[in-house]
Amino acid sequence: MGLTNEQILRYSRHILLKDVGVKGQKKLLESKVLIIGAGGLGAPVAMYLAAAGIGTIGIADADVVDLSNLQRQIIHSTPDVGKPKVQSAEETIHSLNPDVKVITYKQFVNASNILDLIEDYDFIIDGTDNFPAKFLINDACVLAKKPFSHAGIIRFKGQLMTYVPGQGPCYRCVFKDPPPKEAVPTCKEAGVIGCMGGVIGSLQAMETIKYLLGIGELLTGYLLTYDAITMEFRKVKLPKHVANCKVCGDNPTITEPIDYELPACELNLNKK
Amino acid sequence: MKLIIAGTEKQVENNITISKLIELENVETPQYVTVSVNDEFVSSESFDTQTLNDGDRIEFLYFMGGGQ
Repeated sequence: MGLTNEQILRYSRHILLKDVGVKGQKKLLESKVLIIGAGGLGAPVAMYLAAAGIGTIGIADADVVDLSNLQRQIIHSTPDVGKPKVQSAEETIHSLNPDVKVITYKQFVNASNILDLIEDYDFIIDGTDNFPAKFLINDACVLAKKPFSHAGIIRFKGQLMTYVPGQGPCYRCVFKDPPPKEAVPTCKEAGVIGCMGGVIGSLQAMETIKYLLGIGELLTGYLLTYDAITMEFRKVKLPKHVANCKVCGDNPTITEPIDYELPACELNLNKK
Repeated sequence: MKLIIAGTEKQVENNITISKLIELENVETPQYVTVSVNDEFVSSESFDTQTLNDGDRIEFLYFMGGGQ
């Protein structure tokens, strides 16, 4: 199917790019991306992917919009306070780009539903804010052979890496196991500068688009770290293969997704 | 001897262990840091015993749990 005149105009700045063109834009329109967590990271990812014309965007988040979210979660607005985040996100995406089909999942993502959830998607975004969720997404994507973008933000720092099956280490290769509860602070406890989600989330959107188009070098085998205070980006090289990784190593012991225990206040996976 | 720590050259005592370097560098949450030496991860069980060599490239990778 060709692009409509309106689409040619809407995506003209993409179409001008040699690496995108009409062919690439059509590829984006046929792509499906799942965003887990419609918060600080998920908001800019969803908006840039929607603007870019990703044909189907799935959004999973069980939470409702809170006033304290609006300092960074730019997909939600003041009148959205109290509304389910997936609904608020869907409304913003629709007004941004009616080409995009939005599928919402107002639910907790856990070991029993994650494999079904990711199955239909070409690329997954980890926009969650806690380690049980980050390890769950990693393991599920490794097991289901799905590419995904990991990111984390706290205070004035952020990091991200891209996992592509068979092409480099996974999140667990680097960080092994979730740290014990409260051993490492969360954004809720430590704070985060609002636009950090914009910086790192936009990079996640960039990785997604590059992956879908099959262009350029991805952050596979690298962890990109950003420190806003020193204004330094560092691309840290990771080992190609970690033999003792529990999920993608030579003798994996993790063969299905795991629900790690969450503190009572964090029982909602997508909370905060 | 010199080490390259997170991309920056630094003079340290010869045969310094990873544990000592973690202390010297005031690494946050030292028990949960991932350390790579010349792009290979070092098991935390070896931090006390593994010594570093002149010119080694060291990276500290930290858990970052936020995102929502």
